[in-house]
Amino acid sequence: MPPVIDREQVLHVARLARLRLSEEEVETMVGELSGILGHVDRIASLDLEGVEPTSHVVALENVLRADEPWRSLPRDVALASAPEPSEGAFRVPSPQAE
Amino acid sequence: MAEILDLTVLEAHNAKMAGELSPREHVEAWFEAAGTDELNAYLWRNDRGPEAAAIEPAQDWNAPIAVKDIFCTEGAPTTAASRILEGYRPPYTATAVQKLIKAGLPILGKTNMDEFAMGSSNENSAYGPVLNPWDRTRVPGGSSGGSAAAVAGGLAPWALGTDTGGSIRQPAAFCGIVGLKPTYGAISRYGMIAYASSLDQCGPLTRTVSDAALLLAMLEGRDPLDSTSVGIDGGVSLPDREDLAGMRFGVPAELARDSVDAGVREVFERTLEKIESLGGEVVEVSLPSAEHGISAYYVIAPAEASSNLARYDGVRYGMRAGGDGDLIEMYETTRSDGFGAEVKRRIMLGTYALSSGYYEAYYGQAQKVRTRIAEDFSRAFSAVDFIVTPTAPSLAFKLEEKTNDPLSMYLGDLFTVPINLAGLPAISIPAGLAEPEGGEPQLPVGFQIAAPAFAEQRLLDAAYALEQGIGFDRRPGDADG
Repeated sequence: MPPVIDREQVLHVARLARLRLSEEEVETMVGELSGILGHVDRIASLDLEGVEPTSHVVALENVLRADEPWRSLPRDVALASAPEPSEGAFRVPSPQAE
Repeated sequence: MAEILDLTVLEAHNAKMAGELSPREHVEAWFEAAGTDELNAYLWRNDRGPEAAAIEPAQDWNAPIAVKDIFCTEGAPTTAASRILEGYRPPYTATAVQKLIKAGLPILGKTNMDEFAMGSSNENSAYGPVLNPWDRTRVPGGSSGGSAAAVAGGLAPWALGTDTGGSIRQPAAFCGIVGLKPTYGAISRYGMIAYASSLDQCGPLTRTVSDAALLLAMLEGRDPLDSTSVGIDGGVSLPDREDLAGMRFGVPAELARDSVDAGVREVFERTLEKIESLGGEVVEVSLPSAEHGISAYYVIAPAEASSNLARYDGVRYGMRAGGDGDLIEMYETTRSDGFGAEVKRRIMLGTYALSSGYYEAYYGQAQKVRTRIAEDFSRAFSAVDFIVTPTAPSLAFKLEEKTNDPLSMYLGDLFTVPINLAGLPAISIPAGLAEPEGGEPQLPVGFQIAAPAFAEQRLLDAAYALEQGIGFDRRPGDADG
């Protein structure tokens, strides 16, 4: 049986998920994900025409709070855990490759 | 001192009230006990110890507590057992923990877990597995394995865990203690590191049903910081029912063909007889869609996880790697170095299920199965008060027994995940011991009772009566016989 998800698809999904997989991880992922998806595939063939999807189980709608100012983290506290805080902001490498 | 550690939280409270136990001695005994951890149950212990805690007076139920490392605690390390959060100290405290601190509960420490709560064995922790106190060659279950092992192993009187697909109930079953997953929305999720937001719910791991009720009473409630929290109408009080007269317990007909270990099945059958001897009625119910619970869960939970875990990108907190390259390279290096194998697997699964061309076939279909499962339960609850199953189909398995077979690990969640998909409350109580393949020592078996949404009080009442009827009083290390 061919794998449900192949090497190319694994690499594509890894790119979408911002994960870089080693050669070994790609191999393992093809096998393991195919096994899991092979099981999960059982629901793909169920006739669920007309069934409403459930994204949430509690019947709540439009839970709003009063439109009042609310405390927020001071800037220095929010920055305290950052790998590279700089001039009151989060510093990141350039999006452009050198 | 050993005597202090033998007391449940309720018993200790009563002893304090009667002047037979000093609150200070009680707290100090538990801090000392937590310091003897040989199970790798704690990732961080509160070294400031009892001195930092409000000990006097003995008001409320202020026994010290162990907290799963998935809850943000201001100023104290919070890692969710992941490398990617190594050294992270959150700037605020989760509402659930805040409530306990306000009630005067000293925090003993933060407990080990499967990374980001993804796992059923606690072997996915970046900081090493937790050992089962009944048999140190076995897993304690997961993902709240550290919390369960701490309570069962005498390292904490009670603990806080979280349950997305069984992560409180299954480790409670494997460790021979009580684990309660409340109704979705009963307790605030604010400050609880998100895995699958539509399923995550926190709850107590305790020695007894009464202690679970005490803890739930402190935790439940609406929180303006979590718009999905509603609390439990009427609150929660100590259960005191002694029989099960007039209560109907449904056993899913589908259970007969599920693969369940002989020892687990035997204890389960014996517990059904106990229910009848206490005046309860045992009837058959049907949950025809529950068999698709695992498939739906392992689409929905990873899909939500892939979205929730997008935030770990090396920018605002946690670790950063590959900072010398460009931005995308930094993201990819950070996430590839920071996440463990199971977390990567679930991010990949979820990303795939949500990706263009597969969304309807997987995610859309899983959400419809979820509807069907919820409908099954409401139909069943029109005829019975509770639905009962074994908590897990097996006893605690050996370390590394299932690490190379993720699907078989997932399939072990078959009795717990449908409950999360339907958002219902369920409790696991220890129902007896069974002998694993290969012989002694005997291991605990959990009995799961599920109830309609927000019926926690009735659930606790029934679980209490059954607990008294069963009279399970074994602890790890007891001589057999």
